[in-house]
Amino acid sequence: MTAGRDPGLQPERTRLAWRRTTLAYTVATVLALRTALHGGASPVGILVCALCFGLWLGFLRIAHHRVRALSTSARPAPLTPRHAAVAALCAVAMAACAAAIVV
Amino acid sequence: MIEFLRNVRFWFTPDRVREEGGTPDYRFSLANERTFLAWLRTSLALIGGGFAVDQFLPELRWGWRVGLALALLGAGVLCSLRAVNHWVRCERAMRRGEDLPASRFPALLSLVVGVVAVAMVLVVLVGWKG
Repeated sequence: MTAGRDPGLQPERTRLAWRRTTLAYTVATVLALRTALHGGASPVGILVCALCFGLWLGFLRIAHHRVRALSTSARPAPLTPRHAAVAALCAVAMAACAAAIVV
Repeated sequence: MIEFLRNVRFWFTPDRVREEGGTPDYRFSLANERTFLAWLRTSLALIGGGFAVDQFLPELRWGWRVGLALALLGAGVLCSLRAVNHWVRCERAMRRGEDLPASRFPALLSLVVGVVAVAMVLVVLVGWKG
């Protein structure tokens, strides 16, 4: 990281963007858990909770994978479309869980 | 819409994106990635807004509350799907050395958010009385 350091700190900024996004996903997950368990723990509520928690773990895994790739190399390879798609589908699945809870 | 479906192929086949054009400067790819993440956060914020409507406006009638929440959740879903699609389009345009794609999505999204905000103000004002 010393010789090939990027003066614009692009990998660091991208890493922090992943951190912020993970934080946003965590907030959405906490809101989901709160909503699902609001009126007492029903079997459906607990199922949705487990699903949301699993999605959160999945997103965490992708983010961690990418953060590690960004912090080990000074010239990181671009994000693969599969990673991008899975990250976005995690958000879509969270919205589906939300719709299931709200309705 | 057809363009969107055509791009979906690229989501899960990274090698096909790499087949065409040349690799752009890694900084451009990282900037594109950060833009994608910013859109993803926007979508998560919309989804969070859906939860918030459901949780923090309990006095509303069921129909209004669920309608508003579903509108916000739907906007979140669209926003995240569009985030990947736009990211793939930008990545391909950069590889081929073309102009970055123009998009009317930001204007559409801000209109939807504006309409939902106005609806929420009305619903909160009227809903508490009715």
